[in-house]
Amino acid sequence: MREWVRQTVEQFGRDRHQLLEILGHLQRGRSYLEKETLLAVAEELDLPAAEVYGTATFYSLYSTVPRGKHIIRVCENAPCHIDGAAAVLAAVQAYLGLQVNETTEDGRFTLETTSCLGICSAAPALMIDDDVHGNLTPESAVGILKNLA
Amino acid sequence: MSMHRSHILICSGSNCSHRQSRAVRSRLRQAITETGLEREFKVIETGCFGLCQQGPIMVIYPEGVHYCRVQADDIDEIVQTHLQKGRVVTRLLFKSGTEQSVELPKTAFYQKQKRVVLRNVGLIDPENIEESLARDGYQGLAKVLDTLSPEAVIAEVTNSGLQGRGGAGFPAGRKWEFTRKAPGDQKYVVCNADEGEPGTSKDRLILEGDPHTIIEGMAIAGYAVGATKGFIYIRGEYQLSLQRFRQAVAQAKEYGLLGQDILGSGFHFDIEVRSGAGAYVCGEETALLNSLEGKRGEPRYKPPFPANFGLWGKPTLINNVETLANIGPILIHGADWYRSIGSPECPGTKVFTLSGNIANRGLIEVPMGITLREIVEDIGGGIPNGRHFKMAQTGGTSGGCLAVQHLDLPVDIPHLAEVGSSLGSGALLVVDDSHCMVDLARVFLKFFAHESCGQCTPCREGTTLLKRLVDKIASGSGTAADIKAMRRLSTTMQMTSLCGLGQTVPTPVLTMLAYFNDEFMEHLDGGACATGVCRAAVKGVV
Ligand SMILES: Cc1cc2nc3c(=O)[nH]c(=O)nc-3n(C[C@H](O)[C@H](O)[C@H](O)COP(=O)(O)O)c2cc1C
Repeated sequence: MREWVRQTVEQFGRDRHQLLEILGHLQRGRSYLEKETLLAVAEELDLPAAEVYGTATFYSLYSTVPRGKHIIRVCENAPCHIDGAAAVLAAVQAYLGLQVNETTEDGRFTLETTSCLGICSAAPALMIDDDVHGNLTPESAVGILKNLA
Repeated sequence: MSMHRSHILICSGSNCSHRQSRAVRSRLRQAITETGLEREFKVIETGCFGLCQQGPIMVIYPEGVHYCRVQADDIDEIVQTHLQKGRVVTRLLFKSGTEQSVELPKTAFYQKQKRVVLRNVGLIDPENIEESLARDGYQGLAKVLDTLSPEAVIAEVTNSGLQGRGGAGFPAGRKWEFTRKAPGDQKYVVCNADEGEPGTSKDRLILEGDPHTIIEGMAIAGYAVGATKGFIYIRGEYQLSLQRFRQAVAQAKEYGLLGQDILGSGFHFDIEVRSGAGAYVCGEETALLNSLEGKRGEPRYKPPFPANFGLWGKPTLINNVETLANIGPILIHGADWYRSIGSPECPGTKVFTLSGNIANRGLIEVPMGITLREIVEDIGGGIPNGRHFKMAQTGGTSGGCLAVQHLDLPVDIPHLAEVGSSLGSGALLVVDDSHCMVDLARVFLKFFAHESCGQCTPCREGTTLLKRLVDKIASGSGTAADIKAMRRLSTTMQMTSLCGLGQTVPTPVLTMLAYFNDEFMEHLDGGACATGVCRAAVKGVV
């Protein structure tokens, strides 16, 4: 782990202004940033651990707690709201048995809400991992979840 | 290129992409190969055409026939009927109300538009710099480096009257001048592509459709203010923009349009691409600077302004994507030409993202000063499903909510300010009469309460308090005192919040209370929600 952090830091440069890029890289392919990873980054960049932790927790694309294999982000901003986002969110919650920001016990799904995905022409929308789905109905949203591996 | 008899343009922007345009594109290429037509027809993947609601869009030139909502299953028919027999596939043409059209540019949707920023979007392959160069790409930069001093460039931008398109509307030329005059050997140019305002996707579609115009704008800005290094901060969720922009930067370097000694002029300029990590407040310019420095994206106190104390304390020019997309054309055609577009107090065009209860949702560009009615009815195609217009919110969630009496208002920075709204980022959300304003206010305030960074007290506490007050009103237990409290809190936030986030939360709140006052009143003291929306929604929460 330590070696992997060192390599990443070296790849981006031992520079505070690369911190976000470094954290992004370290989280890629994993669900969150472990405490040990953050501590190692702090040491490599010679920063107080609180600085690294504070930065990581500021941004919604980073997580410091384990998340599910798939992250479901439902948009509930105004353009999606007026096209039925609340019903989509309710259906997804009921299907997964989750409240927002919870993870299923089997570790497969985490449910979050998201800021606007910018595809308001196809509202309501949600994002699963990196894929955006639009023109949803409660039924079609659940259908997409059922088809996930 | 000229070898081909016909060009087929197909949108590969992200709005069409998620409507299966990828499958359509690969099926099209396959069908053309199968029928041996690849020497006659060239397929070009472009950026957004604007009519996202009708996507995926395909255009066949030289005829200019536009097909809408094309699916993979339609490809065989298009190839057999149109490409082989020269007959139009009528069922795939654009329809809006009773209007059906072969060529989109002749429809009401396009007729009232004026394309400056979007001049190349939807017409070129954004992944191929040659296509940008074949139009007007880098001509402005070449002219500047060849014939103009930095001061002359700034004078041109100042005279054009261009105002920032990122939200605050500050005159671009003046900001350039401040940065040029600020003492310091190292200066920076930063492009703000953090677009997070709900209902806005114009910056993303510009970046996806014509990344080179932004590189050009940044390089010209660098020359004018005396910077050799630029950063673009692209929202982390915008993967396609990030990928296309990185590719465009690499191509520009290869062609000597970025890097050392650009076009033999002795001017050096480089661009570094950075990705955001999910925080609305990072669109605020000083928060963005902190984020670029690898810190928490908390806004800084102003003054000092970035022009004097920006990235790592150096003089820094920050402009929005759309602002920079205007720069090339202004320098090619001149300030007078630019001033001939739009209104006298507010020259030029504005790109809007149309969303909500409107027939033609998508991306449009109109001259400043066009009326709201023209946008909603002529370009937007009106309100669908037999419903009526109720509200239009300009400028995204932090913008004002306008009512039916504002439909003939000219849409530009000064006129919107007069009625307490703002042009903001150019989101335009249209809402029909089936929706409740109190319910919408809850949605807005939930967003702000979530996105407030928590650094300053008025915004951190104010957003949550406002949200509680609106929740209470929606539940039917609000009183006149709660409305009064909302007004007072809003005024306090406007005056005392540290950054534009807290300062603009009151914009939707106060305009709603001004123009939809009756609706709020109806909810008080156990009153009912006329649309029935609130009762249903609140039950879920309480
Ligand atoms: C909360 C908040 C979010 C903002 N988001 C953006 C944004 O996403 N993009 C943008 O260009 N400007 C945004 N701005 C405005 C910037 O602070 C700044 O005014 C702008 O980048 C300046 O560029 P311009 O003069 O070219 O408009 C935001 C401001 C605030 C207060």
